[in-house]
Amino acid sequence: MIKALIVGLWTTLRHFFSRSVTLEYPEQKWTPPDRFRGRHIHLTNEERKPLCVACGLCEKVCPSGCITIESEKNPDGPGKVVTDYRINYLRCCFCGLCVEVCPKNAIVMGHEYELASEDKESLIMNLDQLLDKRMKSENQ
Amino acid sequence: MIVDIVLQIVKIIVIFAVILTCVAYLTLMERRCLGFFQVRLGPNRVGPWGLFQPIADGLKLFFKEDMTVLHANKFYFILAPVISFVAVLSCFAVVPFAGNAYIIDIPVAVLYLMAISSMGVYGVLLAGWSSNNKYSAMGGYRATAQMISYEIPLALALVGVLILSGSMSIVDIVNSQNGMWYIVKQPLGFIIFLICILAETNRCPFDLYECENELVAGYQTCYSSMKFGLFYIGEYAHIFLACCLITLFYLGGWNGPVLPALAWFFIKVFFCAFCFIWIRATYPRVRYDQLMNLSWKVVLPLAFLNLIVTAVIKVMF
Repeated sequence: MIKALIVGLWTTLRHFFSRSVTLEYPEQKWTPPDRFRGRHIHLTNEERKPLCVACGLCEKVCPSGCITIESEKNPDGPGKVVTDYRINYLRCCFCGLCVEVCPKNAIVMGHEYELASEDKESLIMNLDQLLDKRMKSENQ
Repeated sequence: MIVDIVLQIVKIIVIFAVILTCVAYLTLMERRCLGFFQVRLGPNRVGPWGLFQPIADGLKLFFKEDMTVLHANKFYFILAPVISFVAVLSCFAVVPFAGNAYIIDIPVAVLYLMAISSMGVYGVLLAGWSSNNKYSAMGGYRATAQMISYEIPLALALVGVLILSGSMSIVDIVNSQNGMWYIVKQPLGFIIFLICILAETNRCPFDLYECENELVAGYQTCYSSMKFGLFYIGEYAHIFLACCLITLFYLGGWNGPVLPALAWFFIKVFFCAFCFIWIRATYPRVRYDQLMNLSWKVVLPLAFLNLIVTAVIKVMF
């Protein structure tokens, strides 16, 4: 019994001198794993036009009903073009179903997780905010 | 005469300020050390290395709502934290920090310590009883049983020290340890004293009367604001007192080479405090029957054995 007590003390003392696992958050940022589901990213083609064809599947499949798509007829060809695409992050549960269902792979889950805000309005994001700022995502 | 009294009062104020500062920083030390033991950092946001954390905690306690529960016995409910606070702080009157840094050195200091520190249990018992709440009452009953069970071996372990030093004055006890600390002469007594003082100060693994996961903080359940704060300060002051006593009785007090006496005293005290925290970080809480068995069937007979052997050796040689 006494040996066990001493082994216990030795174990905790070893941990006392080991490196802490705490991430000091505002100063140190966390790197999410590859398949982390953060804020969405709308991908674009070479002409920086969104890949989205406004089929509305994501809007239908979304369990929280947080996606709103606005579109108009494509002036220079067949189909539609998306004019606005809003995701209400107050409701989004980051399930990723919109990404699964997209036939054009136009939307992907990004890695941004710092989505806290002081006003509700800023959490309803429009197409401009969601568009991929890079030419082509590595995720594609 | 007047000058003497004023000087004495100034001395008391200074020493108590030092004690309360130490107690405040003991809470920070405990939280930081526990953090390190659990491979995290502990509070480090308020000021450099979290040094202002105790001040922030104190301010927070002051601004909390001061509640008295509806069916509590108001008088005892308010009296309880005061008793546990005063009982502990009065003990420091006879605790010498260095050769001459003490409030008073009375020839029956050890007796005084035992008597006054036992008063602390009234605070806990009254708190548990007057809260009119079954968890608090359970905590109070446990406290009484535990205190009574562990006070006896504690006193018996101390008698070993008293036999060796031949005095009840703490200054004399420390002076008689010149050259050879009593931890060497009284190893068994030291371990008994350590176990009992852990139980007396309500520390893990013997923190049965406020165990938060079965008794929801036991006797403190109904307390908030500064009434809770008084219990809290009292508890940490008790730990500080326990560390002082271990240092004085077994680790040679302020004796030590090179460094000044006061420095040695505080090094030893804070090393003891670190050990207290280390023990808390290591051992799980004992069960209630184990606690009682340990006291009456193991520690008490060992304390008698230690006392008899010490007495026989003292008489023979």
